[in-house]
Amino acid sequence: MTRPLLSRIAETLYWIGRYVERADDTARLLDVSVHRMLDEPDTCRSLYAVLGLSPAAPAGAQAVIRRLAYDLDEPASIAASVRSARDSARGVREVLSSEVWECLNVTWHHLSKLETLPPHGYLAFVRERAALFFGLADATMSRDDCWRFIVLGRSLERVDMTTRLLGVHLTSDWRLLLQASGADESFTRTHGSRDGAVLEFLLLDRLFPRSVVYSLLTAEKCLRALAPDTARAGVADSAQAAIGRVRAGLEYSDLDELSDRLPELLGTLQEACAAAGEAITKRFFQRREAMAWVGA
Amino acid sequence: MADIFDTYVMAGAWDEMFERPGVPRRQYQALFAALQPLGARELRSRADQLARMFTDRGVTFDYAGVERPFPLDLVPRVIDAAEWDLVTRGVRQRIRALEAFLDDVYGDRQVFHDGVVPWRLLHSSPHYHRVAHGWRPPNGVRIHVGGTDLIRDERGVLHVLEDNVRTPSGVSYVLENRLAMTRTLPTLFSEQLVRPVEEYPARLLAALRGAAPAGVADPTVVLLTPGVYNAAYFEHALLARLMGIELVEGRDLVCENNRLYMITTYGRRLVHVVYRRVDDDFLDPLHFRGDSVLGCPGVVNAARAGNVTIANGVGNGIADDKLIYTYVPDLIGYYLGETPLLPNVETYRLDEPDVRDQVLADADQLVLKPVDGAGGKGIVIGPLATPDQLAAVREAVLQDPRGWIAQQPVLLSTSPTLVGERPAPRHIDLRPFAVNDGDDVWLLPGGLTRVALPEGELVVNSSRGGGSKDTWVLGEVCAPVAASALVAASAAVAPGSAQWSPSRTAAWEGEQ
Repeated sequence: MTRPLLSRIAETLYWIGRYVERADDTARLLDVSVHRMLDEPDTCRSLYAVLGLSPAAPAGAQAVIRRLAYDLDEPASIAASVRSARDSARGVREVLSSEVWECLNVTWHHLSKLETLPPHGYLAFVRERAALFFGLADATMSRDDCWRFIVLGRSLERVDMTTRLLGVHLTSDWRLLLQASGADESFTRTHGSRDGAVLEFLLLDRLFPRSVVYSLLTAEKCLRALAPDTARAGVADSAQAAIGRVRAGLEYSDLDELSDRLPELLGTLQEACAAAGEAITKRFFQRREAMAWVGA
Repeated sequence: MADIFDTYVMAGAWDEMFERPGVPRRQYQALFAALQPLGARELRSRADQLARMFTDRGVTFDYAGVERPFPLDLVPRVIDAAEWDLVTRGVRQRIRALEAFLDDVYGDRQVFHDGVVPWRLLHSSPHYHRVAHGWRPPNGVRIHVGGTDLIRDERGVLHVLEDNVRTPSGVSYVLENRLAMTRTLPTLFSEQLVRPVEEYPARLLAALRGAAPAGVADPTVVLLTPGVYNAAYFEHALLARLMGIELVEGRDLVCENNRLYMITTYGRRLVHVVYRRVDDDFLDPLHFRGDSVLGCPGVVNAARAGNVTIANGVGNGIADDKLIYTYVPDLIGYYLGETPLLPNVETYRLDEPDVRDQVLADADQLVLKPVDGAGGKGIVIGPLATPDQLAAVREAVLQDPRGWIAQQPVLLSTSPTLVGERPAPRHIDLRPFAVNDGDDVWLLPGGLTRVALPEGELVVNSSRGGGSKDTWVLGEVCAPVAASALVAASAAVAPGSAQWSPSRTAAWEGEQ
């Protein structure tokens, strides 16, 4: 029997999951890019595009790192994501385990001290701490609605980041794509060096935890537990429906056409994520109607 | 290597640890023996470890919007069993008297009819709330949690400095301090029996559940916080976690048909008891400040209708009004027929013209306090004040004599506190926490010892560069030598306390 969860807390947990995943994904993306060709304006532009930022900003490895990793005024940066996660966690400390909270708190306190390190040190730290956070959440939190909202946020953010990554495509550098998704070695062990299977792996692999289908399945599982369906037919929950539909469409697509249909697929995926996000907000994150009492 | 206390110079006040230079008091002997061999460097590294643990765990208080650590000093404060017995009974007596007073204020007002407290104090108190009149909480308890500030004067006598029966804070630091100390200096605890503090959350929860509206078998208790920007937010989150209850903000609550609900992912859930850490003024915009968004509109009506209990009670502020404080010894006699076990600090009522003139003339030798200021706010310490400050406070007193009291300055006792590499004397106070479950007033063994870190600072408060100390209540009953000295000392001030003798039963009562 799980306890009902305050809507405000559910929403905050969902966003903590998203922020930590975003910091993690951004760190992976930067880490693989920084060693290659950040000095090329094209790479910078596509990096900015992945994160949905205006491309007008200065190029150059230093500038990119500063903006996407350290800059607290840039909402998409790693530091800003970590700060948001930590500040959110501070507001819901009573439902997080102490270890999970301390993990985020210590990460935030340490982060600014690491800017003097080579970027790789900073980015590796962020990845490790994100892994620690999710690991501690897995190891120390009950599988109740608190945990589910964190995992739900993480899954949807992962789908979002992966589709963005695929959408920008980074000049067809498959290796980089794989590395940025942390899929490099797992892919090689599965498919050898057949570059043709990269899209299939990142979109459709049922066993690799960072693939789009895997994340969609996880999100669906969370939603099903959060809002169990009692009807005999149909899916009443619109978030679950949106994700289920796009996941089924994806799973049954023809592998040979993946490459050609990519823009269309990614578009549908983005739309489904947005629709699911809205449905989740509407269903779980209700608020008290704004009330004003004048001169009571 | 020189021992760490060798350079310790006592400050002229009563020192908690040392009877005279180099000779620790009886209750401190084991601690002294354990700390003495540690070198200065060792001490420093333990202190750093302690500070880091607090930063990592996020043990902070917010001051002016910034999260700050609340430094914990390495040297604990020790209270022997006999003295703790006195504190327990003294605080319990005060809470019971104040409960009776509140019940009277919002009921028959017999105390005013009988002329014990003048009527004008009732109507002029900013914290008397008409809405609470005739409103008796389910189990009669209004002070579910009380914090009574105690100080020790130059002669070693404990006095009550003020009562806090609205939303006293600080208990989270007691819990965190003990945890940090047992991790940093575990050996200190193996020497002697230190009474544990961790049962506080269970005690509090039991008291809150016991206060639920009649007929509710399994009440839903929530803790209402103003939010993350509140100075005590850390405490609210900790208590909610330790009690396993929801930490709600005003925006999580909604009232309908005089019932209170919280908004959850499964819709609305009924709430029966609100342990609120929001002041009366902000609790309900329908009755108090209309612009408040921290509370929940309708919660007071729901409570008056008997569907939800608000803890601590609405309108408690009249009982910790500092002008009422001057009447508490009389109230103890009036309601309980007892003599006060813990004396007040000598205080002057400025609404009496003769006294006021005398105080205004001697303002530079007295402490002036606003009657409703909490946490040292607005206090003017005459001997340390500039002529401008004195002129300003004289003006303020003339404008609003009801709004001020004057007190004889008390040189607070000192305790060795690590400053840099070595212990140095710093002034301290003590806030024991009392939980009233309707049957019994239970005291958390120890309470919060706050320490003023700047040298010579007499206002002990976290917002004035304060820290805290782990506070130990020793388990065994102390030898009568120390106890009788205490009795003799306190007898000079409060005749009633001379009848007191150490009681084994009383000391154990709280531990059941």
